[in-house]
Amino acid sequence: MVEPATASQAAAPAMPKLKDELDIVIPTIRNLDFLEMWRPFLQPYHLIIVQDGDPSKTIKVPPGFDYELYNRNDINKILGPKASCISFKDSACRCFGYMVSKKKYIFTIDDDCFVAKDPSGKAVNALEQHIKNILSPSTPFFFNTLYDPFREGADFVRGYPFSLREGVPTAVSHGLWLNIPDYDAPTQLVKPLERNTRFVDAVLTIPKGTLFPMCGMNLAFDRDLIGPAMYFGLMGDGQPIGRYDDMWAGWCIKVICDHLGLGVKTGLPYIYHSKASNPFVNLRKEYKGIFWQEEIIPFFQQVVLPKDCTTVQKCYIELAKQVKEKLSKVDPYFDKLADAMVTWIKAWDELNPPAGGSSAPNGKAA
Amino acid sequence: MRTSPSLLSLTIDSAVLNLSNIADLSSLPDHIVVDLFLRTLRAGKLNERVLKLFIATGKDEVFSLIRALNIRATVIPVLPTTIKDDEIDIVIGAVRSDLTSFMNEWRPMFSRFHLIIVKDPDLKEELKIPEGFNLDVYEKPHMDQVVGSSTSVFFSGYACRYFGYLVSRKKYIISVDDDCLPARDPKGFVVDAVAHHITNLTTPATPFFFNTLYDPFAEGSDFVRGYPFSLRTGVKCALSCGLWLNLADHDAPTQALKAKQRNSRYVDAVMTVPAGSLVPISGINIAFDREVVGPALVPALKLAGEGKFRWETMEDIWSGLCVKVVCDHLGLGVKTGLPYVWRTDRGDPIASLKKEWEGVKLMEEVVPFFQSVRLPREATTVEDCVVEVANAAKERLGLTDPVFARAAKAMLDWVNLWKSVAYISSSSPAV
Repeated sequence: MVEPATASQAAAPAMPKLKDELDIVIPTIRNLDFLEMWRPFLQPYHLIIVQDGDPSKTIKVPPGFDYELYNRNDINKILGPKASCISFKDSACRCFGYMVSKKKYIFTIDDDCFVAKDPSGKAVNALEQHIKNILSPSTPFFFNTLYDPFREGADFVRGYPFSLREGVPTAVSHGLWLNIPDYDAPTQLVKPLERNTRFVDAVLTIPKGTLFPMCGMNLAFDRDLIGPAMYFGLMGDGQPIGRYDDMWAGWCIKVICDHLGLGVKTGLPYIYHSKASNPFVNLRKEYKGIFWQEEIIPFFQQVVLPKDCTTVQKCYIELAKQVKEKLSKVDPYFDKLADAMVTWIKAWDELNPPAGGSSAPNGKAA
Repeated sequence: MRTSPSLLSLTIDSAVLNLSNIADLSSLPDHIVVDLFLRTLRAGKLNERVLKLFIATGKDEVFSLIRALNIRATVIPVLPTTIKDDEIDIVIGAVRSDLTSFMNEWRPMFSRFHLIIVKDPDLKEELKIPEGFNLDVYEKPHMDQVVGSSTSVFFSGYACRYFGYLVSRKKYIISVDDDCLPARDPKGFVVDAVAHHITNLTTPATPFFFNTLYDPFAEGSDFVRGYPFSLRTGVKCALSCGLWLNLADHDAPTQALKAKQRNSRYVDAVMTVPAGSLVPISGINIAFDREVVGPALVPALKLAGEGKFRWETMEDIWSGLCVKVVCDHLGLGVKTGLPYVWRTDRGDPIASLKKEWEGVKLMEEVVPFFQSVRLPREATTVEDCVVEVANAAKERLGLTDPVFARAAKAMLDWVNLWKSVAYISSSSPAV
């Protein structure tokens, strides 16, 4: 039986790293009680709360946290007509938090995620591990069989060329979950009692050219390196699909990271996922996605970004163009989505004007 | 007139016949329980459940009978029912002569299977192998007989195991270095590397999309949300690469720099190496489907300073890159991760580094070469693929260093050897 750590088990680190360079983005529609569990690890950091649903409801933030909170009214006020690209009644709205942040790094977590315990019983400081992942290089060009060579106690294996051992900057750190696994609705319906109890003590770089299903429950990224590509799409109210927000972002960022020579890591840290959402509700939200992903995946696998796309924004606009060209025939939704992707970039650039007026390329084209 | 059996006797006989319906024996008087136990034994109806039933009565006489008769519940490892023991060969390349402790440590895992032990032709001493195994031993004279003395140069040092791959008649091959012992998992249980490799080879691989929960076919795991359904059947797994605790497979410079570093991290995962992604496959602990991919494991890259420590070789790395390229082309899978073996401390990395540095340098050419190889659509068999890779190696690397030209030729010779030796019908006896 896997159990979460209690609040008293979590021990605050002596020196919280990146305290002034990292924002924690939390979407919520209920409450933020879960933060009590995380207090020792997260209290030093600034929170950006994105309140979904009814803006007239008051979301109480536990005392002692430094935060800014945005509800739907705030989003509409700040973005004006561009607010149409931010989803309503879906946790996809969290990407608004990425946009308004002024920090270099983002850690995002769901409000039903608690602190996990490692096999020795020690509470896992997920943020600390994400920071370790992000501040050490990735190795996407050749697979290391001992996983992350930059972890303590590990290294490159025999046969790994020395010229590839410097690695590339890590743009994304994708964490995992114990207890309720992130299954799709059909799998949930078939295996309602399955719990993830396997603690896999590894971090690894997802190789270049390989796509993966990115889960937004426990995620960190470098906003400067990849932020504009972290758009979580059009989901929820008025949209034909839900629970594909993080998937969509994951496919986009992976293609762009591969193009710009950036790395994506997956594995540790684990969080304890406590709440299983209703599989019937999930099925209704997902079912179109289950069919559409059969077309979407080949699309992303075959995307080629031109060499002159040297910034994330340029890559993303190009991607939006290709989505409109090639996926609209799957469903008119993709036409809307492509437009929303462009709106998102416009909004991002407005809220994040480049310093000094000239936009410097933030990555090398592959 | 025969005395008719007593009512008690008939009752006990009836109880023996109906043991499957009995859930509790503790209310019975001692002497009846003992009688029932003895008659159960005589009828051959003692199984694990029934034994537990008798033990649960707590009767001393039952316990003393159990002890006296040495009755024990045996734990039988559960292998997938589709694999028969006679489909597996365990191939050991003997680079050292005394295999006694190695074989004895692996006995619980190896004893069910047929073993092929191949002696390094350069080894002068007699092999020391303990009794009690079903095995065939091959030495230089066998190699000369089967492949002719001019080509036996393939099989020196660690590459001697490839001779075993060649002459095996089985479907699955499992191969570990002779300085590796069974490992223990974090709970203290001994890892059955053989069983685990077989599980890896007999469950599908998923190279076209990365599953963030790693092997979806492992117990307690599955495909995650967002994994396309059409890709969930997976492909056949052709190669299973295991890992090593204690002395990990680092190259000499790395191990020399971190002299005290030992691998103590047990990563409880198996995963498929994605298609298009190359990987340095260590030969220390591998298993493969010989029928599907046999010819692609090539004893080709022999370093000028090659020696008898893994730090002094790169043959397995070249071979593994070839296998991965072929598997990617043919839509086969390669898995990495569990099982672990325990690799004993042996040798001195600094001494190896002084002797052999070339191998590390050569990787700078080798990896980009394999990354750039494109196999034509017409190459539909493993042999054709290996020939294509060999020709590309000769063309693109042949002039860089003579070791590559030799490797390319060795690959072509290997394919021919495989065709003439390995495809003898299974009815003819092994050499």
